[in-house]
Amino acid sequence: MSALRPDLAIIAGWIRPGSRILDLGCGEGDLLAHLRAEHGVSGYGVEIDEARVVAAIRRGVPVIQQDLDGGLRNFGDQSVDTVVLSLTLQASKFPLDLLLEMLRVGREVIVTFPNMGHWHARWQLAVQGRMPVTDALPHAWYDTPNIHLCTIRDFESLCRENGVAVHQRVVLNDQRRQTWLNRLLPNLFGEVALYRCARVAASPLREE
Amino acid sequence: MRDGIRLVTPQLIKSAMPVEIPEHSVGLVTPRSVAFNAPLLLECGRTLPAYTLVYECYGALNAARSNAILLCHALSGDHHAAGYHHPEERKPGWWEHLVGPGKPIDTSRFFVVCANLIGSCKGSTGPASINPETGTPWGLDFPMVTVRDWVQTQAQLADHLGIDCWAAVVGGSLGGMQVMQWAMDLPDRLRHAVVIAAAPRLTAQNIAFNEVARQAIMTDPDFHGGRYYAQNTKPRRGLALARMIGHITYLSDDAMRKKFGRDTRGGKAFSFGFDVDFEVESYLRHQGSSFVERFDANSYLYITKALDYFDPAAAHEGNLAAAFAPATAQFLVISFTSDWRFSPARSREIVQALYTRNLQVTYAEIASHQGHDSFLLPIPQYVEVLGAYLARVADEVGA
Repeated sequence: MSALRPDLAIIAGWIRPGSRILDLGCGEGDLLAHLRAEHGVSGYGVEIDEARVVAAIRRGVPVIQQDLDGGLRNFGDQSVDTVVLSLTLQASKFPLDLLLEMLRVGREVIVTFPNMGHWHARWQLAVQGRMPVTDALPHAWYDTPNIHLCTIRDFESLCRENGVAVHQRVVLNDQRRQTWLNRLLPNLFGEVALYRCARVAASPLREE
Repeated sequence: MRDGIRLVTPQLIKSAMPVEIPEHSVGLVTPRSVAFNAPLLLECGRTLPAYTLVYECYGALNAARSNAILLCHALSGDHHAAGYHHPEERKPGWWEHLVGPGKPIDTSRFFVVCANLIGSCKGSTGPASINPETGTPWGLDFPMVTVRDWVQTQAQLADHLGIDCWAAVVGGSLGGMQVMQWAMDLPDRLRHAVVIAAAPRLTAQNIAFNEVARQAIMTDPDFHGGRYYAQNTKPRRGLALARMIGHITYLSDDAMRKKFGRDTRGGKAFSFGFDVDFEVESYLRHQGSSFVERFDANSYLYITKALDYFDPAAAHEGNLAAAFAPATAQFLVISFTSDWRFSPARSREIVQALYTRNLQVTYAEIASHQGHDSFLLPIPQYVEVLGAYLARVADEVGA
């Protein structure tokens, strides 16, 4: 098996071995295939794209073909340990609804998204006067699936306002690495943000 | 719900008339039969004193006997799922598109078995068979058979073939119901359950369609209370009508519009009478009348009734997840977007129940225009999904 993408490797580290998870927008099932093989994790991917569904099936990952914009009603309350939404929040029609649904279905949720506050995006908009196109957001404005972009500060205020406790946060740079610069100024130097959250207010924000 | 292949696209019609047996077909096949002489206690409380199953096999059983797949057929299907009975046969088996060497149900890896249901009319014991007590055909004295009874008979066939555990049990429509029943009743005897275009129970609308079909048959003056065999006749008009009704529900509005639109037969002007004007009328009449030649009206009554009765959740206050409590199989559930007789919403109910039970399940919702009939057709995404899944199964069982 090829090495897991760095952001997925961090997510994998957050998931308890032997737990049951739901990976929303699972793509070809990379994360689940790894977790099932290496950590005895059970669970399901959810994916809408036909080719990706087939790819996940080929790898033996149980995948449910479903549109996340239609909600998660078919998954029971607290029916899994962790719900993962990796780089997909910004493409959903109703990000807050989705986040709250995830918190209903899972005891814990892991959300990752491209940070629109990254200096490169800010530069393109503020100085060049153009809609940002970056490694994490590679699409032009007219054909992007990413319709709900946010910054790290935006996301954290959304969590605060909706009773979502952030248990852990990691911010990665454009090389998908953690550096002192991301730690110091995450909203400026972080290209991808990863959060571990839960419904109830618990431990305070812990920077990794 | 049918073994159709008989409608649809031009390439299907072409493949239905082979000059020679096409590559990737299982080729010539011969049905086999087995008689079970022990009484079979049925769900309805009655006992069938003895019964015969007609079945076909494709591919080879491996030494470990681990690579067997059971196919469960739908309402008007039979044991002839793939291949040709003789070189001149016009139409191959009803799942020829999906069963064969290199196809999703790959007979170069799997040993594939398909048996005709009891109550049907293609060789297995049914209402047209002789009742040993009277020496005349059973007719409506044949006991009511259910999905659960069919699973029991298929298990006896598995015993006969020396198969302890199926690598997978696969079926579409009514066949999918049998697959679910297998997973509930005999969890140790299948590893994978492939449920295609099925539903956990029929809706009132679905039962209504079946009832109209049954009434068409039973009110035909040639029905004679089901004893038409002795009269040397059969309820042709009723059965044809039943088939026409069913057929409309197996296609989508879209598929009918694409295939027929409002085209008149031969492009002729309206007759301003009640003969066939439109192509769709001609097509339905043909479907109805050709069905009469190959299907027994009493069997149509029995099998539609079994469809209506199927409701494993009923014994659990409607809780389907509770009905799946004994199940241990891994599931693949497939539905088709244009299927309104067994809609994707019904398949999602199954998936939800399996999820609730923490069973391993994969679900694919295939975009299609052909309605319920889609499950019989080689729709590329469907072929991909089924092939990818069963390739994993083959690896797993060492096929």
